[in-house]
Amino acid sequence: MEPIRTLRSRTVVLNASDIDTDQIIPARFLTTTTREGLGEHLFADWRYGPDGTPRADFVLNQPQARGCTILVAGANFGCGSSREHAPWALTDFGLRAVISTQIADIFRNNALKNGLLPVIVDADTHRWLLEHPGEPLSIDLESSSLTLPSGATVSFPLEPFARYCLMNGVDELGFLLGREAEIAAYEARRGLA
Amino acid sequence: MGTPLTLFEKVWRSHEVVPQSTDTPAVLYIDLHLIHEVTSPQAFTVLRERGLRLRRPELTFATMDHSTPTRTEQVFGGAPISIEAAARQVHALERNCAAFNVELLGLRDARRGIVHIIGPELGLTLPGKTVVCGDSHTSTHGALGALAFGIGTTEVGHVFATQCLLQRKPRTLAVNVHGALPAAVSAKDLILAIIGRIGVAGGTGHVIEYRGEAIRALDMDGRMTVCNMSIEAGARAGMIAPDESTFRYLAGRPRAPQGAAWEAALEQWRQLPSDPGARFDREVDIEAGSLEPMMTYGTNPGMVIPVGGTIPERADDPMFAKALSYMGFAPGQPLREHPVNVVFVGSCTNGRISDLRAAASLLRGRKVASGVHMLVVPGSQHVKQQAEAEGLDRIFLEAGAEWRESGCSMCLGMNGDLVPKGQYAVSTSNRNFEGRQGVGARTLLASPLTAAACAVRGRVTDPRELL
Repeated sequence: MEPIRTLRSRTVVLNASDIDTDQIIPARFLTTTTREGLGEHLFADWRYGPDGTPRADFVLNQPQARGCTILVAGANFGCGSSREHAPWALTDFGLRAVISTQIADIFRNNALKNGLLPVIVDADTHRWLLEHPGEPLSIDLESSSLTLPSGATVSFPLEPFARYCLMNGVDELGFLLGREAEIAAYEARRGLA
Repeated sequence: MGTPLTLFEKVWRSHEVVPQSTDTPAVLYIDLHLIHEVTSPQAFTVLRERGLRLRRPELTFATMDHSTPTRTEQVFGGAPISIEAAARQVHALERNCAAFNVELLGLRDARRGIVHIIGPELGLTLPGKTVVCGDSHTSTHGALGALAFGIGTTEVGHVFATQCLLQRKPRTLAVNVHGALPAAVSAKDLILAIIGRIGVAGGTGHVIEYRGEAIRALDMDGRMTVCNMSIEAGARAGMIAPDESTFRYLAGRPRAPQGAAWEAALEQWRQLPSDPGARFDREVDIEAGSLEPMMTYGTNPGMVIPVGGTIPERADDPMFAKALSYMGFAPGQPLREHPVNVVFVGSCTNGRISDLRAAASLLRGRKVASGVHMLVVPGSQHVKQQAEAEGLDRIFLEAGAEWRESGCSMCLGMNGDLVPKGQYAVSTSNRNFEGRQGVGARTLLASPLTAAACAVRGRVTDPRELL
């Protein structure tokens, strides 16, 4: 995983709450056995018309969305199915952070393992971001804060271990494999060895 | 006497390999890892890339359910699986399980079924265990007093390689359901009412413990329905304290402990319920006696009202307006008498034998209304055999419904069992998201009894009208 220390981008705004992972990547695209190439199907049913042509009125199809790595979305982003295909599709499309007031538990876990930063902000900051699409933001992991165009900074909660993994490009599996002695001792205690 | 502990706290503590600290999450030991064809292939790829093996293959158990066909000729008759990518995924699971020595209940196995139906059915899921699966409805298994939650594919790889997960400890939410459910009001109506009350994000960051007389009175199938939909309230896990109903359900199941081991297990399981005075981070109280048959009208499970109710008005809420527009509904409109095109009975929410009995009790001697397509999909092959032994299949077939092989089927339509665009489907499944049952499909979530009543009349119907 590529280390992330800062992100700078204009925002793309999807002003809808309770965006579930079925919207992010519909089930019919889950028959894949790899992780790659899912960006093409990101938000497929919102992004394409019945004949498969991109809908001009959908924000991710608009020219100003090109190159944006920060998505601002309504409350409770990523609810529903545990499919990790959702963060795979978002990152394959080029996104690196999702900002909302609330992000669903399983999606947040999956996002962190794929270099997609879940950013929870207060309601006022959120409202401002929803109302000002395309504004440039910078996100700093070290201080767990984002800087608005005004220069104001807003801190966000980020679990310390997840932050460490993101900033150093460390994957959790390596950490867990390093706990072998403790795992073996636990199994022995339970009589599972 | 120490501090009184909750059921969740007891199971969590007994699975801490390393407790959490400020800097690191807990290392939590996993007793049972269930896998299926959709969320496992990329995790096996990671094992291959890194030259790793399964640490404890005997604690992992595989089946196939999401993308599998339900048509008998494709399951048993040698006809090809109609979706080529689904067939590839099924074969990939067969190869991966063989290569990594994982027990697989394959397509033609008499014990196959939806992963959350067969775990309890086989006695793999037990009180006090930690259970994970790459599927959000893993919360189902909490009905037996297990701590069970859905994980992503990266975490599936973690469990493969280490039998552990890194987890921050969630908060606890007690949902106390007082009194008794009225006649014709089921576990499904109860959980829909709970989600309507606390909202689709109301349980985020929490493990729910369902408590109270109405929960104690539910049979195990009903308890599984309740815990199954915990995730629709945002909670990763729902739990119910094990009791005599739990023990009766588990006794004699093929993978449950037997003989002296059973007696020893019972002794341990009786210690699991939350201690008197145990504190929860939050509590919610629900009166069961005032509940009615429920149905969703929008595009998330929290948009729910009694079947006889009218769709609320929420001016100045563009999301609400968008949901109603997708559904073809207007504020103030009653759900009752709205035409229905499709009825689906099945899924990990309502695909167990009690659910099929409830639907059949209403369909007996009646016909599915002309123009309505009714699909009944048992949750497992065992449920199918049991239903056929009781003659339920004849009731469904004589009423004009289809009777299929087990699987997730029309709950998410991965296998091609889809609701056509624009049509209204009364479904006993768990999600009414836009496009969940097919592009443009309009889902009305309800209980098996309500679904059967809607099938008979071809319109949204309160089942009490037909009892």
